[in-house]
Amino acid sequence: MDRQRVRERENQCIQEQPPTCTAACPIHVDARGMIEGIGKQDFSAAFAIFNRFVPFPRIISRICDHPCEPECLRHELGGAIRINALERACVDYSTKKPACVTYSAKKSTRIAVVGGGLSGLTAAFDLITKGYQVVLFEATGQLAGRLRELGEESLPQQLIDEDLAALQSLPVEVRLNTRVGGYAQTGPSLSAVIEEFDAVYLGVGPDSAAYLENELTLEAGERIAIEPLTFATSHPKVFAGGSQRYSRDKDNDGANGFSPITSVHDGRYAVLSIERFLQKASLSANRDQQGPFKTKLFTTTKGIEPAATVPMTDPSQGYSREEAVGEAKRCLHCECLECVKVCEYLAHFKSYPKRYIRELYNNYCIVLGMHPSNRLMNSCALCELCTTVCPENLSMGGFVLETRQAMVEIGKMPPSVHAFALRDLAFSTSEQFTLARHQPGHQSSRYLFFPGCQLSASSPGQVFDIYQHLQQSIAGGVGLMLGCCGAPADWAGRKDLFGETLAAIQKQWEELGSPQVITACSSCYRMFKDHAPSMPVESLWTVLDRVGLPASAAPASSTLVAIHDACTTRHENEIQDSVRHLLGKLGVEISELKDNRSLTTCCGYGGLMSLANPEVAGKVVQRRIHDSEADYLTYCAMCRDNFAAKGKRTFHLLDLICGSSNGDAAQRKGPGYSQRHENRARLKSRVRRELWGENVVDEADPIQLILSPEVLQIMEKRMVLAEDIRKVIAHAEATGEKMEDTATGRLLASYRPIAVTYWVEYSVRETGFEIHNVYSHRMEVS
Amino acid sequence: MTDKQKASDTPSLVCQKCQQPMTMGKVVVSYLGAKFPIELLRCPSCGLIYVPESLATGKMEQVEQSLEDK
Repeated sequence: MDRQRVRERENQCIQEQPPTCTAACPIHVDARGMIEGIGKQDFSAAFAIFNRFVPFPRIISRICDHPCEPECLRHELGGAIRINALERACVDYSTKKPACVTYSAKKSTRIAVVGGGLSGLTAAFDLITKGYQVVLFEATGQLAGRLRELGEESLPQQLIDEDLAALQSLPVEVRLNTRVGGYAQTGPSLSAVIEEFDAVYLGVGPDSAAYLENELTLEAGERIAIEPLTFATSHPKVFAGGSQRYSRDKDNDGANGFSPITSVHDGRYAVLSIERFLQKASLSANRDQQGPFKTKLFTTTKGIEPAATVPMTDPSQGYSREEAVGEAKRCLHCECLECVKVCEYLAHFKSYPKRYIRELYNNYCIVLGMHPSNRLMNSCALCELCTTVCPENLSMGGFVLETRQAMVEIGKMPPSVHAFALRDLAFSTSEQFTLARHQPGHQSSRYLFFPGCQLSASSPGQVFDIYQHLQQSIAGGVGLMLGCCGAPADWAGRKDLFGETLAAIQKQWEELGSPQVITACSSCYRMFKDHAPSMPVESLWTVLDRVGLPASAAPASSTLVAIHDACTTRHENEIQDSVRHLLGKLGVEISELKDNRSLTTCCGYGGLMSLANPEVAGKVVQRRIHDSEADYLTYCAMCRDNFAAKGKRTFHLLDLICGSSNGDAAQRKGPGYSQRHENRARLKSRVRRELWGENVVDEADPIQLILSPEVLQIMEKRMVLAEDIRKVIAHAEATGEKMEDTATGRLLASYRPIAVTYWVEYSVRETGFEIHNVYSHRMEVS
Repeated sequence: MTDKQKASDTPSLVCQKCQQPMTMGKVVVSYLGAKFPIELLRCPSCGLIYVPESLATGKMEQVEQSLEDK
């Protein structure tokens, strides 16, 4: 697996992208996390989150210009969340004192910060916590001078002092009344500061910096020229920011365009540049998400009811506790999870694709030790619903399949997980089922009907009937090919076996003159279309829509059905339309499921999900069968059998087209595993006998089994086939290798054809062998 | 453990080939290169081994799963 490609896939998942509020915030405050805390009435936890991003929480909570709020997705749904007011509530109602500021071990590097405004204070704070020695120069007699002019109502002096106390508790040297450079110079010149310190941050406010013209390049004669991304000036050791940088347009608003949060941002990211400068690293690399940016996070607002902003009883006091909690509860807690919401598999493992992709890759990389994510890897239905709903078109299923293939290649795929399905494939590609012929009496074929292995297993009679109809309604010959398209091998990650299976089909198809293939199974259709592009393939449903239905076709007892579209043809509109046309012709009324066509779900069979993880497959089926009260209509045999197995009345489209001879087709449970094999084998002998006039007799097996419903159930659960039982008995009776339980008189015997040892408990009766119990194990015993 | 369970766990078995009662003996179970010595009923004469259902569908299955994930 290519690491770079894995990373690209990981990055395609946007769930961990920040919400719009965080992305719009110059310093990316986790407003969503903070608001979640308030929603839980935990103001202290909320404050801790706020304080983690904001060095001066009391100041910012009162005066932030909150560029986050206009971006809030609640904007159109009752008004943006009042994030800044909630920040104030955190400050006002937090009962725990903020944790002590910790700082790194002291470094010998000395940095000068010029200017005691918000940007300079932030730079000083960040530098100290990173362990630098900081000297803070302030021209006036107090720090945060301009903030103190905002007035007691906007920003009480006491809050300023409390925030500054946190700074002053740190090892910082503050030199008040010390103006660096300038006409009224009371301190050293900038050149002297540059000389004395390893780096300098200038946060000197919006006033003209013309006095620095000898040391720095200026813009328009009065502003320090500052590189907006890196805060670099014309002098390599000097960085600058704050309102000197951004408040160019004094007409912006009354406060000279003062943006407190942008000042904090400038101080913070200038420190990043200073560190990079000191480490001689690139100043500009990897800064694309610095400052406000447009997030890729998608959050649906579909179905969300508008809710009005919670008003403040006393605006001068801000939100009360209860009001703040109420406002916090309006937050949408933006996240994507579009795929997780629609997929039981993705939901089952309690995370989302970005993490799953990493887990699966790590699982693949483990050389020695347990592979903890094998189950995650093998439980996906590969149905691609995730891709369909993903705003970024990330194919989790595609990645899962690649992982399976990679694990098979390195010999780390658990051998048992797909063994049963591959055995089924082996049966369906063996002499017992395969057949490829021109239509009886024809030397060539214009078409070739490929009913697939599962429809043949589930409803062999319908395969027979519909093939008759195709022969009658299409000129030029309709050949018949029985076999398996190889889907189980593909899903199991067995590229080798899948390739061989497809190649064998293609060879026979060519021998029949490369006719147009008609598939009755959506999975066969998908496999041929995607992996055998030279073979033209069409669905049975579009063919029937064109050539017409058999004369015998009649609507079933039920006249209203909800269509469950097949997941493997979720993007094939033509097939979906034809299914609906055919139902119309049959006089059946259609009720559309909410998640239909491209949004349909898997039935649990896809990707061999039901074999690898019956629990998840069960959830998938349960969720789907409760989407509507109406009888379901499927056009895939596995969907039908899986739904019917859980008691959902479900028709296959052929149940309605061919008519049902034995009772209520919607109620019929699909055949068990053993019967599925037998049905395929018998379909083959029936067509040979009845269509090609061959003298084929289905000989009764010399080992007749007497199987009670309970035993049949055990066989299904343990995936033991009648043919396995026969092999055990044949072996035991031929060799005498059996034991008798003296308490019950029953016989016990085992046989290991290849990789599995089967055990059978039986009694010999006159009419055959009565089976009491079956089980198996893969371990060898000697 | 009740007597009934005991009885079902170690049934009284007779090898049909040798007509000898099977007795507990040392056997080795192995999977994917890992080997474990355990005691199971076996025929003292021909060595035919009995694997009880509870072992096959319990411990053995667990060990198989964890060895497969290695």
